[in-house]
Amino acid sequence: MIPNSYQPLTREQMAWRAAQDLKEGDYVNLGIGIPTLAASYVPPGREVIFHSENGILGMGPKPEPGKEDPFMVDAGKNLTTLVAGGCFVHHADAFLMIRGGHLDVSLLGAFEVSEKGDLANWTTEDPAFPPGVGGAMDLAVGARAIRIIMDHTSKQGEPRILNRCTYPLTAANCVKRIYTNLAVIDVTAQGLVVLEMIPGMTIEKLQALTEPKLQLAADWQVLTPPAAPEARAA
Amino acid sequence: MIDKQVKTTAEAVAGVRDGSTVLVAGFGAVGVADNLLGALHEQGARELTIVANNSGNGDYGLARLISSGRVRKVICSFPRSGDYSAFLNAYRAKSLELELLPQGTISERMRCHAAGLGGFFSPVSAGTKLGEGKETREIDGRLHVFEKPLKGDVALIKANKADRWGNLTYIKSARNFNPVMAMAADLTVVEVDQMVELGEMNPEAVVTPSIFVDRVVVVGANA
Repeated sequence: MIPNSYQPLTREQMAWRAAQDLKEGDYVNLGIGIPTLAASYVPPGREVIFHSENGILGMGPKPEPGKEDPFMVDAGKNLTTLVAGGCFVHHADAFLMIRGGHLDVSLLGAFEVSEKGDLANWTTEDPAFPPGVGGAMDLAVGARAIRIIMDHTSKQGEPRILNRCTYPLTAANCVKRIYTNLAVIDVTAQGLVVLEMIPGMTIEKLQALTEPKLQLAADWQVLTPPAAPEARAA
Repeated sequence: MIDKQVKTTAEAVAGVRDGSTVLVAGFGAVGVADNLLGALHEQGARELTIVANNSGNGDYGLARLISSGRVRKVICSFPRSGDYSAFLNAYRAKSLELELLPQGTISERMRCHAAGLGGFFSPVSAGTKLGEGKETREIDGRLHVFEKPLKGDVALIKANKADRWGNLTYIKSARNFNPVMAMAADLTVVEVDQMVELGEMNPEAVVTPSIFVDRVVVVGANA
């Protein structure tokens, strides 16, 4: 066990970092969980349009108290809102947008990602419960860029970035970038390239927590999100 | 004069046979025709195959059909949603079969039937457990699986407004699977909050055109 001389990022800080890469005019689908938080951290003045698989294009932040609308839910069935300019489509069209390469970015959670960018995020094969896939496989093949937000290791400290995924795949060779609570890593044809690491992290320490070989980018940077990123209305 | 409105939910679901494939629209608890599902329970059809995104909530609607043993099979993308204990109990008792499909594959298979097409190749699920056993083809260097069209014997639809021809509009994200399911069944039955006069709907804003609709019943405060 390597003593922690570093402070892993919080969920909000990971979401903040992923949000910084969303560009003006991007159409973006956010997966359930930490990815959903990214909507709150898009830099002020930047217009990003959020898509929800259940037929919302132009999804807004969660409603203010007293303004909840039972007919407005997101992919996780939580109450949400529509921004000015937003519209509704039916399911087949919502997934046409996903599958057909119309979304710029799909930001997803994961159990595991492989060196080749294989993604496992739909089932742990728990025999006690029925499996559920939802829109995970559609989202993993369709968007122009598939980016992942996940803790770098399991709760037991085991790597989740692996040579090969151990859980069933959602899609092969799809992940382009991984935001973890320790680093930002790109999946390239030449292997995994570390672009950013949190303060106190070294490539040796990061490698010890990662199964495949990591390369450190020549121009790598220290990853320093705000201590408590300021959420804003999306 | 064409008038697709029927007076009761019982009339709306009359004639649904044992063994039918029933398209149940909705996403979670939003946009679900719970009144029609209740009427179908009363009607008594058994051995049903249900196509839905989720697997019902609580002890009403789809969950009640399942707990009463009326459902033989559920085709869905995400059974684990909300209080799905009725489904979970039946699943653990192995009294129903689950066919798990990616969400967009469900909706596109129904759209495909509605469009009169014989199926489609999709990259979704290719090379995964859910794609096992499906015919594959490499198209432009990318592996695809073949998906067949999916047809309902009956579709249970929740809309907001209808006119007597059966033109429909929906409310916000309660639209979800409703328009595609309305197109994909032999018998499309709709519960609505209110009827409007023919010509009152903005023709630019009709979401489901009347050609897809067979029966309409008003539920709730205006029933």
